[in-house]
Amino acid sequence: MKQLGYGILIGISLVAPFVFPEFRTQLSFLWVMVIFALTWDILGGQMGYNSFGNVLFVGVGMYACAVVQRDMGLDYFSSLFIGVLVAGGLAVALALVVGNALLDLRGHYFAIGTLGLGVAAGEIAGGWDFIGAGSGMVPPLYPGPLDSRDLFFYFQLFAVAVVLFSTLRWLYGGRFGLALNAIRDDEDKAEALGIYTTRYKTAAWCLAALFLGVTGGLLGNVIGFIDPKDVAFAGSTFGVWMIIMVITGGKGTLWGPVLGAVVFHVTQELFWTFLFGWQRVALGLLIIAIAVLFPQGILGWVREHWPKDADTMGQAKSDSQR
Amino acid sequence: MSIPVLSNLNLLFDQPILLVDLVANGFMIGAIFALAAFGMALVWGVMNIINIAQGEFVMLGGFVTLFLMEAGMPAVISVPLAVAVLFIVGGGFYYLVIDRVVDRDMFSSVLATFGISILLSQLSNQFFGADVRTVDPGLGTWLLADGMVSLPWVKLIAFILTLVIGVGLWLFLKSSRLGQAIRATAQNPRAARVLGINTRRVYALTYSLNAALCGAAGGLVVMAWAIHPYMGLPYTVRSFMVVIVAGLGNLPGVVLAGLGLGAAENLAGFILGAEFQIAFVFCLMILVLVWRNMMLKRKRKYLK
Repeated sequence: MKQLGYGILIGISLVAPFVFPEFRTQLSFLWVMVIFALTWDILGGQMGYNSFGNVLFVGVGMYACAVVQRDMGLDYFSSLFIGVLVAGGLAVALALVVGNALLDLRGHYFAIGTLGLGVAAGEIAGGWDFIGAGSGMVPPLYPGPLDSRDLFFYFQLFAVAVVLFSTLRWLYGGRFGLALNAIRDDEDKAEALGIYTTRYKTAAWCLAALFLGVTGGLLGNVIGFIDPKDVAFAGSTFGVWMIIMVITGGKGTLWGPVLGAVVFHVTQELFWTFLFGWQRVALGLLIIAIAVLFPQGILGWVREHWPKDADTMGQAKSDSQR
Repeated sequence: MSIPVLSNLNLLFDQPILLVDLVANGFMIGAIFALAAFGMALVWGVMNIINIAQGEFVMLGGFVTLFLMEAGMPAVISVPLAVAVLFIVGGGFYYLVIDRVVDRDMFSSVLATFGISILLSQLSNQFFGADVRTVDPGLGTWLLADGMVSLPWVKLIAFILTLVIGVGLWLFLKSSRLGQAIRATAQNPRAARVLGINTRRVYALTYSLNAALCGAAGGLVVMAWAIHPYMGLPYTVRSFMVVIVAGLGNLPGVVLAGLGLGAAENLAGFILGAEFQIAFVFCLMILVLVWRNMMLKRKRKYLK
């Protein structure tokens, strides 16, 4: 039954760009949103570390990939391949360095420390001439028709999202997921029980960074223009969306972030354009409304009302208990 | 990139008077940071909420002062009016939003105030435009050492005003009945409620007072410096940093830390170049957090 469900979902995703060719870019962005939400939930939902600065890794990946594409002098596809690898690697390296210091902070302090990290990175990128400073960078053009470009990036991002989802499903089902949950529930007790909390925290942070870096590298090419504050280190769009999507779907579940990402992205595509310049005002209102009225999310709400059904929906908790 | 940094450093060594000018001006700006930090310490200590919208209240205070002064009002009236307006705005946001998250987990309150922050900055972008605005109070500049050190009078007034407000706040919390109620609520809200204190009103008042303090800071910022809709987050981070360095409930410490931050930031802006000044603020905040936490880690504790 479960296999059938996954099969249908994958089938729909494979067919979707051919059925709705005019929505290919939006569909690619849907996968980006799913990746953003799933990676945010590793720390925010499963581990209880609410990061406001995950956008740092997206931006680093974007710039790393673009620099490789600019300076390596290879043909488009090999430089993109190497660029994406470098993007992921650099993001993980940064996560290791920064994580050691920042992951010791808890609660408020971690939230604000990471918030500062994202903004600082944007400010530095905006003043650094090597990567184009305030005027940004332009990744090389795709050698081919626009149609195949959109399809190419759609399947790349879809693959990343599927790999991420499977990895997380596997990890949450085992010791790793239990350790992260233990850290969320009571870090001191988890440590007293012999869990190497620092290792697990750093590993989780690096995992998120790896996928965000890779996605960033691809995303820079999808968007086609890298602006330091509005595209790469876009705290006020991507950075905030990550959090909203996860909260909307349900924190600390496997399907919640995916659901939240789909709901948020569809709502955004449908209504956002009617708001003209007021999108970000609406975003602010949305955050307040979610924080005040709907902090448990869709899956949390389902679990409250129909506890039994929620378990069959492939929640992380039920997965990990079996 | 390293060459301009070195030449700037050389310039400082050749002309030590420049250092005096930078540090003195930094102190004056730092006094304004301390003003906003008073409010943050108050809300944090009493309600256990870190108000991410702090900087947006500063910005709103700035815009109110700007509009009043452009309408021909003198600064002496405009700034108190801005304080009054922000007091009401703060109360409004308390009853609409904060009241519902104040006794929940801290992530809810961080997220809610983050939402207020985005809402206010985007609203003022829509209504007031994204331009950098400033207003000249027409007070002139005080020149020292043959004009090598220049201190605008408005910054000096801001400096003195911060000290006065700090002392006033301290007296208010120490001796007035309301101040005692605030402190009692901070210590133990449940016991305070048992003893007949309306803690909800105390919270509302604390949040309004915070907004009012930010309003005063904003009124001074618009005259001494400049404002624009997206200036909020750096001010929030500065107040946060000042409070972490000084510790909660330490008003003289807040003033000192604010002054130190102002001087450090002004120097960094000169040495690294103005485009890296905000980056410096955010990096410094991360360093301060990590450093404080490392000190505590030696005793097997962490920042709470």
